[in-house]
Amino acid sequence: PRYPSRQSQNRTRMGLNTGHGSSIKEVPIVTFKWHHVETPYLIALWILVAGLAKMVIEANHHVTNVIPESALLICFGFILGGMVWGADKVQTFTLTPTVFFFYLLPQIILDAGYFMPNKLFFGNMGAILIYAIIGTCWNAASLGLSLWGCHKGGAMGDLDIGLLQYLLFGSLMAAVDPVAVIAVFEQVHVNEVLFILVFGESLLNDGVTVVLFNVFDAFVSLGGSQIDAVEIIKGIISFFVVAFGGSLLGFVFGLLVSLLTRCTKNIQIIEPGFIFVLGYLAYLTAEMLSLSAILSIVFCGVCCQKYINANMDEKSVSTVRYTMKVLANGSETMIFVFLGISAIDKTIWVWNTGFILLTLLFIMVYRFIGVFFLTWILNRYRLVPIGFIDQVIMSYGGLRGAVAYGLAVMLDENKIKEKNLMISTTLIVVYFTVIFQGITMKPLVTWLKVKRAAVTELTLIEKVQNKVFDHVLVAIEDISGQIGHNYMRDKWNYFEEKWMSWALMKPSVRKSRDHVFSVFHQLNLKDAMSYVAEGERRGSLEFIRNESAFIDFKKKFGDEFSEAMPDIMANMSDDHGAASDRRRDPVPSVSLEMHEQTMKGMRETEDINTHHLLQQHLYKGRKQHRHRYSRSHFDVNKDENEVQEIFQRTMRSRLESFKSAKMGVAPPKTISKYSKKDQQQKMPNGKSLDRSKSYYSGDEDFEFSEGDSASGYDASGSTFPMRVTYRAGAGIENPAFMPDMDPMTPIQIPPWLMEAELDSGMVAPSQRAQVRLPWTPSNLRRLAPFRASAQSNDSFMLADAPATQQRDDEELPPPPSPPPPPSNRDGGYM
Amino acid sequence: MGASQTRSEHKYQDLMDKTGFSVEQIKNLHKRFEQLSGNEETISRENLENIPALANNPIRRQIIGAFFDKRNQHQNEVGSFEEIGFEQFLMVMSHFRPPTLKTTEEERETMRKEKLRFLFNMHDTDNDGTITLEEYRKAVEELLSKSGAIGQEGAKAIADAAMLEVASTNVPHMAPDDFYEGITFEHFEQILKGLEMESRMHIRFLDVDTTTMRCGRSTS
Repeated sequence: PRYPSRQSQNRTRMGLNTGHGSSIKEVPIVTFKWHHVETPYLIALWILVAGLAKMVIEANHHVTNVIPESALLICFGFILGGMVWGADKVQTFTLTPTVFFFYLLPQIILDAGYFMPNKLFFGNMGAILIYAIIGTCWNAASLGLSLWGCHKGGAMGDLDIGLLQYLLFGSLMAAVDPVAVIAVFEQVHVNEVLFILVFGESLLNDGVTVVLFNVFDAFVSLGGSQIDAVEIIKGIISFFVVAFGGSLLGFVFGLLVSLLTRCTKNIQIIEPGFIFVLGYLAYLTAEMLSLSAILSIVFCGVCCQKYINANMDEKSVSTVRYTMKVLANGSETMIFVFLGISAIDKTIWVWNTGFILLTLLFIMVYRFIGVFFLTWILNRYRLVPIGFIDQVIMSYGGLRGAVAYGLAVMLDENKIKEKNLMISTTLIVVYFTVIFQGITMKPLVTWLKVKRAAVTELTLIEKVQNKVFDHVLVAIEDISGQIGHNYMRDKWNYFEEKWMSWALMKPSVRKSRDHVFSVFHQLNLKDAMSYVAEGERRGSLEFIRNESAFIDFKKKFGDEFSEAMPDIMANMSDDHGAASDRRRDPVPSVSLEMHEQTMKGMRETEDINTHHLLQQHLYKGRKQHRHRYSRSHFDVNKDENEVQEIFQRTMRSRLESFKSAKMGVAPPKTISKYSKKDQQQKMPNGKSLDRSKSYYSGDEDFEFSEGDSASGYDASGSTFPMRVTYRAGAGIENPAFMPDMDPMTPIQIPPWLMEAELDSGMVAPSQRAQVRLPWTPSNLRRLAPFRASAQSNDSFMLADAPATQQRDDEELPPPPSPPPPPSNRDGGYM
Repeated sequence: MGASQTRSEHKYQDLMDKTGFSVEQIKNLHKRFEQLSGNEETISRENLENIPALANNPIRRQIIGAFFDKRNQHQNEVGSFEEIGFEQFLMVMSHFRPPTLKTTEEERETMRKEKLRFLFNMHDTDNDGTITLEEYRKAVEELLSKSGAIGQEGAKAIADAAMLEVASTNVPHMAPDDFYEGITFEHFEQILKGLEMESRMHIRFLDVDTTTMRCGRSTS
């Protein structure tokens, strides 16, 4: 009996049968049916234990700083294994190849593929392939031959191992293990080129390992005499088939996933599942066709990442990312713990000092020789040579792990007499590399002053410059007539843009996935959030205090960005960057100063209205998840009643305010509606407008009534214009992000924004408008529609003005307040 | 060339000292130059603009501009050429020369500065030592002009955001009345530190002749 999953399958079934089949004399109130649940129960328990172990280990930061987590997990495995052994006197749980290769490994590799930095990976593809193919072959051959030589020389006494078996052993020991490499290198933050070289090698060498292992396994079965040139050639051919077939299969599955996510709009809730299922199928299919499963799933992840990230809903994308990490981290933990547990088993331990120590020595030595030699060749062709120190780290980072162990366990005992010796040697090698080299890696990296990765996020300007830079390089290659990397990449990008994206991406997202833009988008989101935080910190009332306003706002913005990106984009005002500074830089900066200034200006008017705001209208949107269960909907606040309620509230307060102002009638709805439509038609970019309009079509009535109510408020002058625009799924709209409310508020404008500022001045509403919206801090403009301040939209603004005026006349008798066109417009947009 | 073989050899020697290219590279580039110019002594903007491979490059104009920029010739001149000869062409190209293993630390530093200066000059169109917002906006606008979805406003907004970023990283304690005039070269250097542009800003100038491989395309 080994790992629970297989072991007690039968017993479980039996348990089921007995549970139902046995005749009972009386009705049992409770029965204890351990065998009934044993297998899943044990699995769940092990997962829990492994998780807890990780938790405990991670809680001690000073320990993990010195000893990598993987090593600690293995040690924890030793302890657990000892406990099991102490209890059962036999090791019940070990890592079986089935469990490892089918249930633990795939998700780790899928995660690696999905999060692969593609540009870096393909940029260094040549070097990675050289290391993965030639390096691994070299490792296998040299280890096997050397051990055989030592054996012949009598260094290990009496062992029943032939040359082929040595080579088989060499081939299973040759591969650098992706799991171990990720675990160790993740914690030392070496520079990205070095990382991708080691990491890429560890992923891609699987193809080589599988082939070498299978070929030598076959050779061992055939026996020395049967092997001739044909068989060897077959072996070489099978290498290409296995490696490239696996990659191709993965590629095909990647395309499949991408295509599938194109049309999962209606089943958003399960679309993340497709990624995992198809990824797993890619792995299994490759396994079925005896191709390289790891390569298959890696390339599946690499290919689909771009398209699925673009195609799927933002929520699904983060679900995928998160689940990916959960699964990968979980299995990694399990793997290391079980690697530890597997050691505590008397039956597998066969000690042969010569064999074990020589294996360790040869692994190290040949790894160094291989890396240095291959790098020496590569450096003659590489534009940026790999430095000496990097080579040392690469060699030292040749960690062996669970893949080697899994392969060793798969050896056939009948053919290889010394299987247990090989397993124990493999285990020792794994422990040595993961624990010893893992621990020493960090000091070594520090000591050698290896160039570390920059930890900071790329700033917007860096992104922009990067792009400029790419174009410059391509152009120079074009002009100088050289065909280089950049040229190739450019051509590929062009092809990808034109055909792949066309086929695999939703048309709606195809346009809006510029990299620079996404950074910009994120900055804006951060801006918005920091703005809200700022507002709350100051206790100012620009915000309806509501716990979930935050999340909702973000969500909403995210939604809209994905839906109507270009338009929102255009809505961004000039100085949205202001807050990004603040985010990054807590000390007063330019933008913060601006903020202070305007805040002072705001204070008075704000105070006046504070009272009112607090007293009434503080509608607490029930944006919490409603107590309602739905399997397929995760949305909050979709309650029709609530819409009604808000609507009624607003209407009521509006009526009140009219009464108090002795104005009597509420303004006719139709007019403002008309004017709204009218305005929208004047929008420069009508097309997308329509789209977003229809998107929110259900709420239109409500929204524009809000606009009305706002004007009602001003008229009365006694109530505060609470602009709680409600939208299904979006929650309370944050009034602060209503566009261009405050064109007149005093603002410290950086001179280079002055021009734009003036333009907005031209269309600034009256003084009344300012009073009307006193709570809107002017620095919000960074999030307000761009239109408000952009000179390019002058014509639009001017055209808008008469319409507004006209509407005023119709709408309200005395004091005709210009109903805020922006808020209406906002309805169309946001 | 025939008769002028020795003369051109001599000339090449001169250029090698100036630009650091090898003879083979210079010969290759010269071939390319002749191809581009149609066997003329000088090359004009049109010649470069007509390179078909460049057609999809959004910042084509800026890059071509850099070739005709006197600042990139390291002779303390400003302004721009109408046409450039082979030497100038080579000088610009030399910005993209990869360092060899023999390059000393000092040379590396100069190369780094030159490379960054080249990028900086590309944005600083009026040569006042700063990239002003106007200039930067224009650059970003051009850069994003092929991205489709991002319109002019978007580009402008991005440029502004980026500018504010620079301002805040470089002048963290700005008085309210101050205003950030633009990115100076020092700031530019500072910003791009993390990107390590200088260690990536090179392309492979092959010793072997590649022009024949693509002459059909490039001359068409």
